Amino acid sequence: MDIELTEDQELLRNSVQRFLKDEYGFDDRAKIVAGEDGWSRAVWAKFADLGLLAAPFAEEYGGLGNGPLTTMIVMQEFGRSLVVEPYFETVVLAGGLIEALGTDDQRGELLAEIAAGEATWALAWAEPGSRYNLNKVSVSADRSGDDYVLSGTKAAVIGAPWADRLIVSARTSGRDGDRDGVSLFIVDSRAAGLHMQSYRTVDGRRAAEVTLKDVRIPAVNLLGREGQGVVALESCRDRGIGGLCAEAIGAMTELNAATLDYSKTRKQFGVTLGSFQVLQHRMVDMFIALQEAVSLMQHLTLTLASNDAHVTKLASGAKTKVGYAARFIGEQAIQLHGGMGMSDELKVGHYFKRIGAIDIQFGDPAFHLMRFARAA
Amino acid sequence: MELNLSAEDAAFRDEVRSFIAEHYPKEMRVANPETDLTKEQSLLWHKILHKKGWIAPLWPKEYGGPGWSLTQRFIWDQETSRAGTLPPLAFSVTMVGPVIYTFGKEAQKARFLPRILSGEDWWCQGYSEPGSGSDLASVRTKAVRDGDHYVVNGHKTWTTLAQHADWIFCLVRTDPSGKPQAGISFLLIDMKTPGVTVRPIITIDGSHEVNDVFLEDVRVPIENLIGEENKGWTYAKFLLGNERTSMAGIGRSTRYLRRLKDIVRAEIPEDDPSFAEFIREIARVELDVLALEATELRVVAQMSRGIDPGPAASLFKIRGTEIFQRITDLTHRAMGNYGVALREHPVSGNRFMPGPDYGHTSAEKYLNSRKLSIYGGSNEIQRNIIAKAVLGL
Repeated sequence: MDIELTEDQELLRNSVQRFLKDEYGFDDRAKIVAGEDGWSRAVWAKFADLGLLAAPFAEEYGGLGNGPLTTMIVMQEFGRSLVVEPYFETVVLAGGLIEALGTDDQRGELLAEIAAGEATWALAWAEPGSRYNLNKVSVSADRSGDDYVLSGTKAAVIGAPWADRLIVSARTSGRDGDRDGVSLFIVDSRAAGLHMQSYRTVDGRRAAEVTLKDVRIPAVNLLGREGQGVVALESCRDRGIGGLCAEAIGAMTELNAATLDYSKTRKQFGVTLGSFQVLQHRMVDMFIALQEAVSLMQHLTLTLASNDAHVTKLASGAKTKVGYAARFIGEQAIQLHGGMGMSDELKVGHYFKRIGAIDIQFGDPAFHLMRFARAA
Repeated sequence: MELNLSAEDAAFRDEVRSFIAEHYPKEMRVANPETDLTKEQSLLWHKILHKKGWIAPLWPKEYGGPGWSLTQRFIWDQETSRAGTLPPLAFSVTMVGPVIYTFGKEAQKARFLPRILSGEDWWCQGYSEPGSGSDLASVRTKAVRDGDHYVVNGHKTWTTLAQHADWIFCLVRTDPSGKPQAGISFLLIDMKTPGVTVRPIITIDGSHEVNDVFLEDVRVPIENLIGEENKGWTYAKFLLGNERTSMAGIGRSTRYLRRLKDIVRAEIPEDDPSFAEFIREIARVELDVLALEATELRVVAQMSRGIDPGPAASLFKIRGTEIFQRITDLTHRAMGNYGVALREHPVSGNRFMPGPDYGHTSAEKYLNSRKLSIYGGSNEIQRNIIAKAVLGL
């Protein structure tokens, strides 16, 4: 089971690689992150030109089809170049939800908008105190004539300060913690009554606490069936984990390569670091950890593509395995770079920080290990 | 865990406890004292201790030490770290001070020691150089004699808090022939001397603790040489011995562990799948702390009977740093989704951070503590020391 790419997929990978190599070097990225916006609309426009913003969608929406595999290809390259632009949030999460749940009108309009680079999105599912539980939704959505009225707070919404639109999970019935009764809404980020408090994230992105105070949403902005939002979010999370794992693999690949390279050139006590057996074994363990992680990531990707009913268990398994491997590789890459690894001027630290954020997104390895254990 | 204290020592412990409770400055109680305080703020406690005569527990009485016994010094370390006070600047008080009174000339003692005690002079450590890592004897910074001056050229790095420093104690190469350890001298350099430049290094947690220090044709009077020329390695090793024994960090780990438990209780509901995992991991770390603390007490008891632990002290550095790294990792993960947020330095006070206060430093602490297993002789080097010097391998 090793994924072999079709010619089209190979072309996609090459075009992403070429663009990132030419225009998204480490220094380019550093400038983007330090800028006032924190992301680059010019890069985003280029993604649109390259067809990346539609790539995982079905062919009728301008994509290549085979969403999970296409996502894997793009995210892995983004992981290697530490892309901060909200591709994951806009295309993989929001685009994926719209494609899966949207009405014909919603799909036609919103996916076209995404593909053209005209709208960025963020997914607001977490709340203060929800941790990684998708059911814990206390933001309320009450029907009022042709509208829903949303009130409450969403937490740690990654990419929200950059987003034109949000997908917000809110409770239309039942009690906090119920799996049923949660619905998804498309909310304009400039809607009256919506307030954001923004902050920087560890991996150079922006996130926000989103407060909704009597925000009126027209009923046509309901995404999917009322009350069935958690089920939709669960499969969105599975697909999201696929994308995050692929991104983590990209980062881990670069970390291992950088560490190996450093150990072959850096001298201490008159010899190269790589000549010390204790460090050789460490790097062998880093190599093994990466191989295992790649295998489970690919296994997950193929399973996602086949719509297998057991995919959610595997998603948790992959998130766990890749998470622990990534943390081990990240920490050891810093350690083996010595003091240099602590410097923000080196790439290593930035991969390490992205891995740290990936670890948290949609649940850390401790959460998913137990979820894996309990899943059928 | 407590030492078996005599009545006299118990009274001393109580005195220390109430002194800290009464006098530790409130404005030093910030989210992250190591990175958030100005130079003036971080010297407040130093000055209070100086006035009390407690600033330099290690120093002999004749140079301004309090004349405490080994047990009293241990009690002091334990109480101050349990209370979470910011230790006085180690580079001044624990490192260069003892080198000066042990190996310095009378004029150097008279000139520098009082200013270290009062906090007037802030010292930084010029050991590491680009490419030196844990191999400190690879010093390349050169000092060439020119009349009654040395002319120093080189580049020191990872210099902690050099941005505040008045003086730097430097390892410099005065004799390039022979073994690396043989031609090193120990030189005191005024940071205001022309040719000294400090450049900040921002670390992955976003903080500014360390710096590059460039030395370009810096003229240093020969009276600033410590001891003899080319004998600097002896003094440097003496100093590193003081650095390593203080790295168990039991008080700090105990404090952070208590905090971690509070965070887990507040953040992770019992029906969360990972709750049991956190409880188990915390219990493991708690046992690690307990075992290291018991080891420390055992060594203190041995030392008071005149038995020197010698190189076995490396185990405190290894385990102390591993334990603290583990605690910061668990604390970061205990914060859940809010773990993605990172405070901005150095003006962090004005920036919005989401979630409860206790989580605001969790990401930066996790990132920052990666340095612990690297600096002061990496943990790989510490294991080599034990392998060679203790196990005879």
